[in-house]
Amino acid sequence: MAKKNKKAELQPAHPLDDLIRTDRIPHIWCQGCGIGTVFSACLIGMKHSGLELNKFAMVSGIGCSGRAAGYVNVDSFHTTHGRAIPFATGLKLANTDLNVIVFSGDGDLFAIGGNHFIHAARRNMDLTVICVNNLTYGMTGGQVAATTPHMARSTTTPSGNPENPFNLPLLAFASGATYVARWTMLHARDLAESIQVALLKKGFSFIEVLSPCPINYGRRNKEKALDTLNMYQEKTIIKNGADPSELDIDFDKGVILGKFIDVDKPTHIENYDKIYRTRE
Amino acid sequence: MEFWRVPFDADEIDVTQGEVHILEDRCKGCGYCIEYCPRQVLEFSSKFNQKGYHPPAVRKPDNCVNCHYCEIICPEFAIYSVETT
Amino acid sequence: MKPAVLTGEYFMTGDVACAEGAMAAGCLFFGGYPITPATEIAEHMSGRLPDVGGTYIQMEDEIAAIASVLGASWAGVKSMTATSGPGFSLMMENLGLGICTETPCVIVNVQRGGPSTGLPTMGAQSDMMQARWGSHGDYEIIVMSPSSCQEIFYQTITAFNLSEAYRIPVVIMTDEIIGHMSEKVIIPRAKEIQTVSRVKPKGKKENFKPFKPGPNGVAPMPAAGEGYNVHVTGLTHDEKGYPAMAVEAQEEMMKRLIGKVRNNLDDIIKTEGYLLEDAEIVIVSYGVSARTSFAAVGEARAMGIKAGLLRLITIWPFPEEQIKELAEKVKGFITVEINLGQIHREVQRCVGYRTPAYLVGHHGGTVITPDQVLSVLKEAF
Repeated sequence: MAKKNKKAELQPAHPLDDLIRTDRIPHIWCQGCGIGTVFSACLIGMKHSGLELNKFAMVSGIGCSGRAAGYVNVDSFHTTHGRAIPFATGLKLANTDLNVIVFSGDGDLFAIGGNHFIHAARRNMDLTVICVNNLTYGMTGGQVAATTPHMARSTTTPSGNPENPFNLPLLAFASGATYVARWTMLHARDLAESIQVALLKKGFSFIEVLSPCPINYGRRNKEKALDTLNMYQEKTIIKNGADPSELDIDFDKGVILGKFIDVDKPTHIENYDKIYRTRE
Repeated sequence: MEFWRVPFDADEIDVTQGEVHILEDRCKGCGYCIEYCPRQVLEFSSKFNQKGYHPPAVRKPDNCVNCHYCEIICPEFAIYSVETT
Repeated sequence: MKPAVLTGEYFMTGDVACAEGAMAAGCLFFGGYPITPATEIAEHMSGRLPDVGGTYIQMEDEIAAIASVLGASWAGVKSMTATSGPGFSLMMENLGLGICTETPCVIVNVQRGGPSTGLPTMGAQSDMMQARWGSHGDYEIIVMSPSSCQEIFYQTITAFNLSEAYRIPVVIMTDEIIGHMSEKVIIPRAKEIQTVSRVKPKGKKENFKPFKPGPNGVAPMPAAGEGYNVHVTGLTHDEKGYPAMAVEAQEEMMKRLIGKVRNNLDDIIKTEGYLLEDAEIVIVSYGVSARTSFAAVGEARAMGIKAGLLRLITIWPFPEEQIKELAEKVKGFITVEINLGQIHREVQRCVGYRTPAYLVGHHGGTVITPDQVLSVLKEAF
């Protein structure tokens, strides 16, 4: 034991150790899961934003990605399934100095929580929403999600998914989001920069991040973790400003990444202050 | 991810030298750092860590240019690089 | 811009009096969603909150409304929502999050007839058990019920005070009749109103434990952005707030959540007695039905029947001891409520086989009349 402590002293801490709850590491995410990378990119974005770290708050829902809030060393809230966005809305409205990040998964944000997402985007609520899209419900063992590709296998679509998935950037754009981007976890550097930009931008920002779930999605669809990452490398193209309606995820045709929307609109808080706080 | 052409000003550029640090017991052995290191610095080590995974080991230390990609792709906060001078 | 406390005499509805009570208590956030017959509370708060620097937001549904209320509470402000049956059902999961994460907030249920959409414009008292047991898991909760517009003003202040003192969601179970009825309401001067705010932590911010109880069983509560770096989860957690999937951690957390109510019953439970000293028959009632019962007691006394009224101001935790004591010396109980016996069951449980306990219930949609109470009273005793 004494020997181990000595080693720890010699080794400098990981550059992100100040932003993670090191007493909770290792995290629960499986070998090859990309959530840790997305989370890491989020922490880098937070650091590089230059914003005061104490004024960050992270809100998550339920699911694998929902556990992120439990590992970040800022005020963090692990709420109920699908309700991260309305919880974050209350947090932000009651203290507008906070920079509120919603970090959650595709099932949480777009199936059970889909209504909250479109309304927060419509209001232009000042939040940064990061969605780790692993195409499945990982925590419960790999059931079909609102993002699972057509014909993909899951534990509840054993012969293939009969439904079609959401195009999330299109949904965000149509709902009124002022910043919309998509990356994969392999594009971690672009992702970190994108998160930094989104954090510094006022209004509703949405970043979708494709990320492998080798255990509960990959295994059933003949995709090893490295296969998925190689696909992210070979079958994606960065096309900033692409038309949101072209952004369906189909790796046979190629998947478009990049920053699609970056516009300025008054936020909910700005409008509320202007209309309600200047009354006689 | 190797370079397939040499930039015209390659000989005028000072390439930084990096040093990789591995927090072995945090590693879950996904191998992403090894696979995607642009300079093939890393390889799987033959030993097991506390959790029973094979962490990466530095194979070609002189190749590291401190690009930090291993640091940023690692889902486990288990690897990072620092600049050496 | 009007002040938070609108000192003066008014003629106002129960819903508006509730909103003014919230303002007087220091409420600064309201997450709303329209639903009859609670909408007027949201409408009134939407106009009033900006006066004092507060915020009103109309969310996309009741689930979002209560989620935003919990978020706002963790930003350090007193927050509330108001709804009726269907919305109350939707709020149940996040009510549990509020209980588990010890988040102070006030939820008003202006009850209407149910089940389902039921009678939106007509009163009932049929969500009383839902208020106690509606969210999953074991827990304790504080629930109150007002009988007049004046009372709902004060009760809303008390609800905020209890919620802040015990770090617990407090539910006000009013009904359509009180909500839509206009009565005289006196709002006192601001300095005459006692308000309580959550205890803030002092000292070291590193390694702070946001769920480590103080001497009264309640942990001091920091707000987001104050540098305590708290983690808050609806998973079973330890005093640090970290998830702890263990039998021992569950036991420790449950004891804390339940203990802070059960060990402070004397401070929390409020009832009002009317002619109980020599009463042989005790009418137990609450909310608008207590007014019916009050009239029935008067008429019974005029007929020579020694009736008395125990009016429940706090419904949950239930005043068990008081009813058990009364059961030792009276001939019987009658519970009057606009449902088919929710609180009656509770009275029966406390009375046991000591004396008979009867119900004057109603399917919902209107008030019970004193005559209905009297006929049961005469028949039974």
